[in-house]
Amino acid sequence: MRIRRTCLTLVPLFMVLLGAVRAQPVDATGDGALAPLLTSLSTADYSEKRDLIKQLSALHDPRVRAVLQSLLDGSLYARTADGRVFLTTEDGDSLNLTDALTSAAAGRAPAADFSLIGVNNQLRKALRVALAQFDLSSPDRAKRLSAVAEMLRGLDEESIAVLRQSMRVEKDAAVRREMQVGLALVDLDGSDVDRRLAAVGEVSQSLDPNVFNRLSALLQPKADGGFSEPDPRVRAAAQAALRGIERRRSFYAGIQTLLYGLSQGSVLVLAAVGLAITFGVMGVINMAHGELMMLGAYTTYVVQLLMPNHIGASILVALPCAFAVSGLVGVAIERGIVRRLYGRPLETLLATFGVSLILQQAVRDIFTANNRPVVTPEWLAGSLQINEVLSLTYNRIYIIGFTLALFLLLLLVLRKTRLGLEVRAVSQNRAMAKAMGVRTEWVDAMTFGLGSGIAGVAGVALSQLTNVGPNLGQSYIVDSFMVVVFGGVGNLWGTELGGNALGVVNKLLEPYSGAVLAKIFVLIFLILFIQRRPRGLFPQKGRAADG
Amino acid sequence: MKMGKLLNWALPAAALSLSSGAALAADTIKVGVLHSLSGTMAISETTLKDTVLMMIDEQNKKGGVLGKKLEAVVVDPASNWPLFAEKAAELLEKDKVSVVFGCWTSVSRKSVLPVFEKDNGLLFYPVQYEGEESSKNVIYTGAAPNQQAIPAVDYLMKDVGVKRWVLEGTDYVYPRTTNKILAAYLQLKGVAPEDIIVNYTPFGFSDWTSEVSKIKAFGAAGKKTAVVSTINGDANVPFYKELGNQKISAEDTPVVAFSVGEEELSGLDTKPLVGHLAAWNYFMSIKSPQNTEWISKWHAFTKNPKRTFNDPMEATVIGFQLWVKAVQKAGTVDTEKVIATLPGLEVPNLTGGTAKVLPNHHITKPVYIGEIKGDGQFDVVWKTAKEIPGDAWSDFLPGSKDIEADWVTLKCGNYNTKTKVCSGQNFK
Repeated sequence: MRIRRTCLTLVPLFMVLLGAVRAQPVDATGDGALAPLLTSLSTADYSEKRDLIKQLSALHDPRVRAVLQSLLDGSLYARTADGRVFLTTEDGDSLNLTDALTSAAAGRAPAADFSLIGVNNQLRKALRVALAQFDLSSPDRAKRLSAVAEMLRGLDEESIAVLRQSMRVEKDAAVRREMQVGLALVDLDGSDVDRRLAAVGEVSQSLDPNVFNRLSALLQPKADGGFSEPDPRVRAAAQAALRGIERRRSFYAGIQTLLYGLSQGSVLVLAAVGLAITFGVMGVINMAHGELMMLGAYTTYVVQLLMPNHIGASILVALPCAFAVSGLVGVAIERGIVRRLYGRPLETLLATFGVSLILQQAVRDIFTANNRPVVTPEWLAGSLQINEVLSLTYNRIYIIGFTLALFLLLLLVLRKTRLGLEVRAVSQNRAMAKAMGVRTEWVDAMTFGLGSGIAGVAGVALSQLTNVGPNLGQSYIVDSFMVVVFGGVGNLWGTELGGNALGVVNKLLEPYSGAVLAKIFVLIFLILFIQRRPRGLFPQKGRAADG
Repeated sequence: MKMGKLLNWALPAAALSLSSGAALAADTIKVGVLHSLSGTMAISETTLKDTVLMMIDEQNKKGGVLGKKLEAVVVDPASNWPLFAEKAAELLEKDKVSVVFGCWTSVSRKSVLPVFEKDNGLLFYPVQYEGEESSKNVIYTGAAPNQQAIPAVDYLMKDVGVKRWVLEGTDYVYPRTTNKILAAYLQLKGVAPEDIIVNYTPFGFSDWTSEVSKIKAFGAAGKKTAVVSTINGDANVPFYKELGNQKISAEDTPVVAFSVGEEELSGLDTKPLVGHLAAWNYFMSIKSPQNTEWISKWHAFTKNPKRTFNDPMEATVIGFQLWVKAVQKAGTVDTEKVIATLPGLEVPNLTGGTAKVLPNHHITKPVYIGEIKGDGQFDVVWKTAKEIPGDAWSDFLPGSKDIEADWVTLKCGNYNTKTKVCSGQNFK
């Protein structure tokens, strides 16, 4: 019986591999079996659905894969009128339909005429296992790899047989390795000592947590004084393998912490770099800086409202929009308030604090006090799996790259453009610049606008990481000032390095002290540092420092 | 009872016979509403204020209580804990309200407690909390830990087979006390201390990368792992997002939350949350005639058919109905008599069964575990067979094991059964 079933499993697998079958209906008999199962799926309760999933995957019909995937994604709908099942994609209030049975596009229809075929956690698990068996024969190498990993998590006789069979036709070395590890784990349970020993050697290079747990289990002492692995040679080999795995694990964990630190540092830099211009270069203490970031985040929200069907591109559209919105508000603040208060830092601080409250209340009145949902586009979600223990989430990778790009762009503007030249001239010696014919008032407004615009762009990035609400700015303003002061006022490089250093220190501390204490330690460290070096990491030198 | 009925008839007649406006104003019963309408808690508490207003509206349509109309006195303590005490004093001393519905966070409740005890007021508190309290002047209509946290952990242990536990919370009194109780309970059930980790993060925390990595690493040790989340407020959004990004799925490592309900989910992209769990005593999605009726009343009252109904709102509805019943039974709004009447009273839950006031001033509640669905509602996967009586003093903490609260026979909220001493109203 078992053999028969295994064979049945494998026939279609081979056919797919040989390219004999494409994702098309095979024959009339498969069709006959699929249709009633699909119809009953639309009315079944959870326990019935579980059986139906089993029956569906036993059909080994390539169309079933799409159905199961769609069920897992929550996009499988049944038409209320006749119970016909469709794979769908959302399109506003309508659904784009693909007939589950014929795999043919079936047009577009209002979502109200359809009901979702729901799943719960148990079903999702069953679906993943079922899909993994399909994916084992996928032409996509990455899919096969993850399918093997999925199967390794719960091996039973049936899946072992499937693995053994697929290994014979598997060409790719990496996928083969994974399969071998899986089969070696099975061998560890065998009675043959040599095979067990060979199996330990086989798995010793794998970082899969299953392997680690399995090997550790071998060394567990039992109640009667012996070990769960009776043979001392195997135990010694397992011990050695564990040590090796442990070493590589802590190495990768170190890399991961470092990258987490850099990503948190990048967020700090992002929040601070606009301030580095207004506070660092112009010397204006702008307490409304956080609110300018908040405006950028809200701009993202509005852009997404305007283009609900292009969420992927919305972030890219939001970047220039946020720069414009925050930049214009910044120029308005400068022209309206700050310019009248140059040379009076205390009044500037209070006035801009007032502006920050006005902006917060304005946002509350327009968008309500509740947080606004900003959707994360697909290309920003998920993570890059480098190996079993090291994975990096895409949003963090993008943040690191984005911050770096923004920083370099800003440097370029300040070093290579006419505006940059004038900004530097004015900040170094206002009177002399004026005498040389620089319109200092205009330069002030543009500089403030540039710094504010950058804050808006930072807000777009923050909208992907944190909650978009009226208080968004407040939670970053202290951090921003901290970074600028730590890095050295007036020094962009100081801001970049200072922010990243603080991020890394924070993340290094977090695993030991917890998030709350880590933050406190960083603040204490900063206070002590500023005591010793009041001008920060990279103090400005020369005449500019006296101004 | 007879007296009450008599008054029911007599008072409107008296009111009608008088024609001056002043006399009419005196013929209302004042109901205080003490919920933050601004500040960080406004998001959650504003709906509770509206719920009380809806209840008053409903009751007045039925002719009020004891023949008098109800009049709401709404104040705004602005998420400011000391201000809660000031506003409570204003309600009790200046406005002379007969009852107050209010508070959300435990710290606000602790702040008003002395005021209610001094002025002998009556507070209905509608939110799940950490227990370890029983006041003569407070009726707790939200869940105690044994009506939410303990059943949720039981479900995960028995039905899901969880062996390793991450207790993840926001750093303040409710998560800390709840986690203390849970850790003690789990160890009592044979979970090894190394299979439990407890983590705290600040309010509004957003960089969850390393916290979630820690959970991931902890969960990769071969035993089924679950996260019990007492994370409060908007820190939940980046937390669930990060879980999704690091591919921690609800099937492998379910997160059961005690502070995430329909209202919190209504403003969210729920895709990354689907399949995760929440434990409450009420879900909007539960089908029952009572529930349908109240949801449609709520939609009519707010003139918004998309508004959600949630657990603390149900607790407010229950509290209000209990108060009306007690007043009608006592025939007076005098707090002393109403408080004495309350224990033993029953009103129906919105999801079936009854809520009964216990001598310890807590009520009986059913417990539900729901899986988050794509539309922000919950799919009930488990529920208790019958209502669970609320336990004021946890049996799993060494300090409170022997403490009992009983306002009927013992007349004490903190009675030590070993030393036979009543230590005042509140155990410190």
